[in-house]
Amino acid sequence: MARISLERLAHAYRPGGPYALQPMDLVWAQGGAYALLGPSGCGKTTLLNIISGLIHPSEGRVRFDDRDVTTLPTEARNIAQVFQFPVVYDTMTVRQNFAFPLKNRGVPEPEITRRVAEIAELLDMVAVLDRPARNLTADAKQKISLGRGLVRSDVAAILFDEPLTVIDPHLKWELRGKLKALHRRIDVTMIYVTHDQTEALTFADQVVVMNAGEVVQVGTPDELFSRPEHVFVGHFIGSPGMNFLPCEVAGRLAWVDGHAVPLGADYGTTAGRLELGIRPEFASLARAGAGVPVSVRRIEDLGRVRLARCMLAGNPFVATVPDGVVPDGDAASVLLPPAHLHLYADSRRVVPLEPAREAA
Amino acid sequence: MQRPRNDRAWFLVLPVVGIVAFSALIPLMTVVNYSVQDTFGNNQFFWNGIGWYKELLDPTTDLGGRFFDALWRNLLFSFLALVIEVPLGIAVALAMPRSGWKVSATLVLMAMPLLIPWNVVGTIWQVFARPDIGMFGAAVNRLGVPYNYTQDPLSAWVTIVLMDVWHWTSLVALLAYAGLRSIPDAYYQAARIDGAKGFSIFRNIQLPKMKRVLLIAVLLRFMDSFMIYTEPFVVTGGGPGNSTTFISIDLVKTALGQFDLGKAAALSIVYNLIILAICWVFYTVMTRADARENG
Repeated sequence: MARISLERLAHAYRPGGPYALQPMDLVWAQGGAYALLGPSGCGKTTLLNIISGLIHPSEGRVRFDDRDVTTLPTEARNIAQVFQFPVVYDTMTVRQNFAFPLKNRGVPEPEITRRVAEIAELLDMVAVLDRPARNLTADAKQKISLGRGLVRSDVAAILFDEPLTVIDPHLKWELRGKLKALHRRIDVTMIYVTHDQTEALTFADQVVVMNAGEVVQVGTPDELFSRPEHVFVGHFIGSPGMNFLPCEVAGRLAWVDGHAVPLGADYGTTAGRLELGIRPEFASLARAGAGVPVSVRRIEDLGRVRLARCMLAGNPFVATVPDGVVPDGDAASVLLPPAHLHLYADSRRVVPLEPAREAA
Repeated sequence: MQRPRNDRAWFLVLPVVGIVAFSALIPLMTVVNYSVQDTFGNNQFFWNGIGWYKELLDPTTDLGGRFFDALWRNLLFSFLALVIEVPLGIAVALAMPRSGWKVSATLVLMAMPLLIPWNVVGTIWQVFARPDIGMFGAAVNRLGVPYNYTQDPLSAWVTIVLMDVWHWTSLVALLAYAGLRSIPDAYYQAARIDGAKGFSIFRNIQLPKMKRVLLIAVLLRFMDSFMIYTEPFVVTGGGPGNSTTFISIDLVKTALGQFDLGKAAALSIVYNLIILAICWVFYTVMTRADARENG
């Protein structure tokens, strides 16, 4: 049971070499469900291994509550980890697998029996307790890995390293739901590494988005969607990703290819390479002349919504096609509601001088 | 309408039949033929039925006595080879480096004894272990331990077993190393998280993951050591006395030394059947283990 804090943490695999992890400060509250989300090679597994103690960071500190664990080995931290591929002890039964971490720590036999029974109950594995672990399916094996972490009463956090990679698609939902339910029942911090936004957004209360060794945003799924702090988050979260348009800004107006677009707030004078961002869900297609002109390339009917793939001043742009709107030829326009427009300078979101007014 | 039948296509298998006949079938049948006959030379043969087999399997006769003595020696030798080489090979594999240039260097060094022909290995050890001029033999004698493989059976056995261990432990080590390398890092990490240490990691992770390659190693080393011939023939010639006379050596003595073709043929067939039987047992055990694993 602990709060995990990372202070000025950074890691380079070679001394003086490039950072695999850029310097960061993060606090993970006790009992939270967190996801580390990012593309392959963004450093999320490195960060996870630093927390579990398999890698020692080259800079900064890791604290569990107030205890500095930066240099402690894995076995001295109260951490459990579930790996990408199921790790079970082949020669043991499920019961022996669950009991193994307790045996190694010298827990008395009656206590082991009690904990194992409790965890088997929690994971729905009572029926297979005496089966050899090697004969079970991949999802059952992942549950065994998880169970070996849960039996320990001292566990501060459970780390998941893309645990659903080898699970059949129809079981993924089930196992993810199970994890979520488990998190509600037991008070333990869970940190879940994934490159799949659906997994991250459905599992976590707080999502940490990483790119190229850097934490680009920490927020609730809703925040990541409605207010991406970084162009990368806009692209990475949401399907399709956010639209970005190069622009110039003067106070409450943005100029995109000579067309004035009213913004919801005053940005004053902003330096840097400026881009206007809006989610396809909020940009709607309209007849030519109603808004910023676009040329429609094709309409995708996704059943629930229709999306228009357009070109806007030489940039690809995706907009929602409202019911009743029938594009007439290529020429159309898009409406950009000011409340959902965000301004980015050098890829980072610009905070307006005054807060945006409610939706126009 | 019925197609015209043409059986001439059968001629296409003639080359295979010919090769198999000359490489396996005819020699084997010749041996079977010899094993039921007796000869006094001059290509004169007399029918003897299963007489040689009866004699061979009866320990009270000269032939049977020699056969059973040699059989026990073979079994003891294979047992010693396995008991020493398998644990030693595993220990060596565990100590081998896992990354960097040292891996290739170690692999080359380990493979060296495997590349030396059997009779050369025999010659090397015959000289190396000589009590007068051999480095090993002379050194042991200087230390005050009486050692002479031409006169003392124990010395002869020590020499032959040591030679086999030197020659073949690397094979077991290389196989075990391959098995160890195939274990993903996650297993070691999980073991650390679960608080497992040293021997527990070996027993619960490394050994189970090496099981298959070790079965192959045991099979290979058993068959090979059971068929041993060249090295003891070169080093001790089966002596002193008959103390290192293995079945193969006795077989050659009977066939080429005494020209007892009938006895030698019967011995060959029984020797062959023993190896076949043991291979079958190994094969069954391995496939059973596989089936259990996947079932």
